[in-house]
Order: sequence, then C-alpha cells, then structure tokens
Amino acid sequence: VFDIVVHIFPYAIAFTIPLLVTALGGLFSERSGVVNIGLDGLMIVGSFASAATTVALYPSLGPGAVWVGLAAAVAAGALFSLLHAFASINLNANQVISGTAINMIAGALTVFIARTLTGSGNIQIKQGVPRVDIPFLADVPVLGPLFFQKTYATTWIVLGLLLLMWFVLNKTTFGLRLRACGEHPHAADAAGVNVQGIRYLAVVISGALAGLGGAVILVTYSGEFNGNVAGLGFLALAALIFGQWKPLGILGACFFFGFAATLANASQAEPALKVVPDLILKVFPYVITLVALVLLSKKSQAPRAAGEPFEAGKR
Amino acid sequence: MKRELLVGLSAVVLGLIAGAFFMALTGNNPLEGYRYLFAGGLMNLERVGNTLAMATPLMLTGLSVAFAFRTGLFNIGAAGQALIGGLVATSIGLTLGLPKAVLLPLVLAAAAAGGALWAWLPGLLKARFNVHEVVSTIMMNWIAYWVTYYTIPAFFKGSFETESRLVPEAASLKAAWLTQMFAGSYINLGLFVSLIAVLVVSVILSRTVLGYRLKAVGYNRFAAEYAGIHVNRHIVASMAISGALAGLGGATLYVGYASSMQIGILPAIGFDGIAVALLASNSPLGVVGSAVFFGILQSGKGFMNAMTKIPPEIGDTIIATIIYFAATSVLIERWFAHLSKSSKQRLPGGVK
Repeated sequence: VFDIVVHIFPYAIAFTIPLLVTALGGLFSERSGVVNIGLDGLMIVGSFASAATTVALYPSLGPGAVWVGLAAAVAAGALFSLLHAFASINLNANQVISGTAINMIAGALTVFIARTLTGSGNIQIKQGVPRVDIPFLADVPVLGPLFFQKTYATTWIVLGLLLLMWFVLNKTTFGLRLRACGEHPHAADAAGVNVQGIRYLAVVISGALAGLGGAVILVTYSGEFNGNVAGLGFLALAALIFGQWKPLGILGACFFFGFAATLANASQAEPALKVVPDLILKVFPYVITLVALVLLSKKSQAPRAAGEPFEAGKR
Repeated sequence: MKRELLVGLSAVVLGLIAGAFFMALTGNNPLEGYRYLFAGGLMNLERVGNTLAMATPLMLTGLSVAFAFRTGLFNIGAAGQALIGGLVATSIGLTLGLPKAVLLPLVLAAAAAGGALWAWLPGLLKARFNVHEVVSTIMMNWIAYWVTYYTIPAFFKGSFETESRLVPEAASLKAAWLTQMFAGSYINLGLFVSLIAVLVVSVILSRTVLGYRLKAVGYNRFAAEYAGIHVNRHIVASMAISGALAGLGGATLYVGYASSMQIGILPAIGFDGIAVALLASNSPLGVVGSAVFFGILQSGKGFMNAMTKIPPEIGDTIIATIIYFAATSVLIERWFAHLSKSSKQRLPGGVK
C-alpha cells in the first residue's frame, strides 16, 4: 500500500498546489468583502498568458522562459481582475454577475486570441519547470519520498506564498484592515481605513494568485493551454469555504481535494484503488463542501460583509 | 420598462463594439465579420431554423435564471440542472420502448423533474440552513458534471467512449414536418415547449397569488413572513420551478437540437442563460428576444469562421462582454441620467 501512496503522492501534491494558490487568492478577495467567483476565469487568463509568453520567449531564453511566463501570468491575472474590481467596488455591481462575466470573457477571449496565434486554440509549451530533489531532506526515510523527491520548484514558491499570506493577513496592520473591510466596512471606514482602496488591492492580489494558479497547472502537469482549467477555480472556491476562510484550513481542504481527485485518476492505472467508485471520489469535494456548509451554517466563519457593496453614506 | 430596454440595447451595442474591437485587433475587418455573422444566422430558411433551434434551450435556461432572479434567488446552477435534465431525458429515451405520443411527454416531464430535483436541494439548503444558493448550485453543477461523466459511458455508450447512443425518433423533439418546413434545419418541437413555458411563467409571475408570494419573499423575506407567507416553502418552490425550466432546457438541447450527449462538458446554455436573463432584465417576454439574439450569434459564428479568418469564439466573447456591460449598467444609466439632466432642468430633490 505504501508503494501506491508513494507513487500517487507527487501527483496529489501537483494537483493541490494550483488549487491552493488560487484559493488563497479567493481568501484575500473574500476577507476584504468582495466575492470573487471569477477565479476560474482568472486561472484561465494566467494559463494563457504564461503559455503565450513561454512559447514566444523559448527560442531566445530556453528553459528560463518558463519563469518569465509565470511572472506574465501573475501580471495578467492582476490586470484582468481589475475588471471585477471596477464593477464591484466602483459601480457597486452585483459581484456574482461580474464574476460570471469574468469567467465567460476569459474562456472565450483567450481561445479567440490563441486561435489567432496558433490556429488551433491550444498552445503547447516545450518544457515545464524542472523537478528537483531537495538536498538531504530527500534522503529522509518515509518523508523523503513523499515530500522531497522530484518536487516542482513552483510547489515551494506556493508554500512560501502561503506562509507569507498567513503572516500578512493575521500579523500586519494591512491584514487587520483588510479583515475589517470584510466584516464591518463602515466601522473600518469610521476608523479612517480606505475601504475601497483596500478592496481594490485585495481583488488584484486574488487575480495575481489565481493567474499564478492557472500557470502552475500549465508548467507542472498539463503542459498545454486549451481554454479551460477543468473547473479548478470552482473547486478552489469550494476549498475556500470548506477551509472556512482561513489559510491553514484552506491548505487542509486543498490537500484533501487534491488527494481525492488523484485517487480517482490513479485508479485507472492501479487496480488496487478500485475499491471506491470513481464517481464517489470525484464528487466528494463538492458533496463535502455542501455538508460543511450545512453543518457550519450556525457558526459560519464567512466574512460578514462579503458580497455587499460598500456605500459610505449607508448605515 | 422603456428605460430597461434602452439599457439592454446599450449593453448589446457596447458588446458588439467590443467584438468589433477584438476583430480589428486580430487584423480582421469587423464590418465583414458582422455581415457574415448575421448572414450566418439569418441568411435563409434553414439558417433561421437553426437560429431558433439554438435559441430554444437558451429561452428555457434564461427563463429559469430570470424566474429565480424575480423571486430573489440567483440560480447559477442552470448548467447542472440542464445537464441532469438532458441525462434523465436521454436515459429514458434510450431505455423505454414506447410510442412517441407516450414517450415524448414522459421524457419532457422527467427532464423537468430531474432539473427540479437538482435545484430543490439548494433551495432546501437555503431555506433551512441559510446556505447561499450561488455556492450550493455551483457545487451541484460539478456533481451533475461527474454524474453524467460516469453514467453515460457505463450505461449508454455510443460509438465513442465520450458519447451516448443516438436517442430514437420516438424520444426526440425533432418532427419531420417542422424540419422540412425549415429546409432541413435543427429546429424542433422544443421551440413550442419553450414558448409555452414563457407564457406560463409570465402568467404565474404577474397574475397569480403564487407569483405574488414568490416575489414578496424575494423582495423581503422578513416582511413576507410577517404577512403570513410560508417563506421556506416558497424559496424551495421557486428553486424547484427554476430548476424544472433549466431541466426542460437540457431536454431541448440533448434530445432536440442534438440527438446524443457528450461527457466532459458543462452545457454553455447554463451560463449563457444568465446573460439572456440579464439582457431581458428578467422579463419573461424579454427572454424570448434576447435568446433569439444570442441564438443568431451562436448559429452565425460558424459561417463567419468559414468565410473569414475570425475565430468562432468571437460569438462567446461578445455574449460575455454583454454580460459585463449589463453588470455595469449603472454606468450606462448614469450616462442617460446625465444626458436627460442636461437636456431638461433637474427636478428638486432629484431621483437617484
């Protein structure tokens, strides 16, 4: 059994990481009071931007092009999320509708441009990020093969971001203000916090992280942009809720979901895993999120003002 | 009403301008693009038929979303409800060997029931546990996606691993006389189903006690409760009706427009339905108009792609942009207010 676990563990982690970084993005946006269901679209934008950039720069930069591609994905996600920020913060538009529009524009526009570029609407990158063994740690028994052998560099970047984001959210003035904007924007406003500015920043951070999430899929396990991210943005939303809007809760939820999805995929190759029907494994994240929502409905940790436009004059 | 029409039309115009911009950006001639886009949707009887066939499921999902909006609910799960409706319709159509007069009504009723069930649960969760319907219907979308993904190959596998068998004529909404009338197009009896649904919903919303209560719950559930309306029951009913409409939409897509189901895809009619409802400002009759408009874009884009180098995704891009402009319609309204302010003197204590 351990062999099988060791075998699928790297895949589970590879699947968890883009989910994690995207859910972290969602965390920032929602804790500031802006619901962002456009995460899926922002991931698509990131995946597209990194694919297009990597392919364009590969002839001159070689393997280094991937890193520029990742940076481009962050920038593109941040830029695209401005559409959502403008609609939901400046215009007090319905945030769910605006997010839906983001998803639809991203899915259609990126394929539109990709088709103009390549003719097929898909963009393949020649080389993803390299896989490395972490020195010393890779040789530790049990843990070494599970966590430290053949790891993607992006995995460590994202875990670093997780720590950073946890710190920013819980230990800095900015984080406190951001959370205040999501719980009680009028109190924050009265205390002199620029609610709209903070929310803008939070939405842009969510766009940057979701863009990175989409790019991570591309540079690790998919290698090809094809106009969607298999609904991972919505799965990230589920992880955000199941993790109860907390960084470490999200980490747990993402790993849970990542492992379940990997089990389902791997059971085609490993007959020993056939004990649980694939369907159960695939719908598991969504069902468990619904169950969590019901169980926690009395004491949900959802940001109280999430989804509500902020109008300074309204009480 | 007139103002809403004006705002809707402005969103359409802005969306088309954005589309022209993207066409020009990729080195194409927008005028030529639009000429072929609309010609592809309306050029002859066959293409008009195809446009109407494309508009049929959009009318039903648009109606589903609009109905939910009118009763204060955001049904973002029309895609999953339509998928389940289509799955139920396909399953029954492929399993029961009955004459068309019995089978087809059964297929439609089952599709509506399937969609209703898929929305009933989020309605129940909302009513009993205050779980936001946007989140729960998104989860239900993906549950529907995977249920279909594993059911079709397991029980109804067709010539490809990812496709179901073709539904028999007796379970199909296609009718020979209608197909002939429109020179062999995809148009089918679903069009009448959706038009009847539009009328029924329109009457329910504006002429019945049920509709009044549903709207009252949507405006203010506490006030409605105080007035003696069973709020929870009405939330569940509203979601179920909305889901039934989306389920019917799925039937008109999978056993009307198409004859088989593909796995691994959430039907676009779900999210496009949100666009249809928004553009119609949630009026049932407006849904017909905006569904036909989107039908033209969807059925014309293939022809445009064949005649020019413009990728067919421009159609979806335009629809998506229109939703964004509809979401930010405050801007358009402010602009109109600004125009009318400068043309006539502002009333004291002016309206917002």
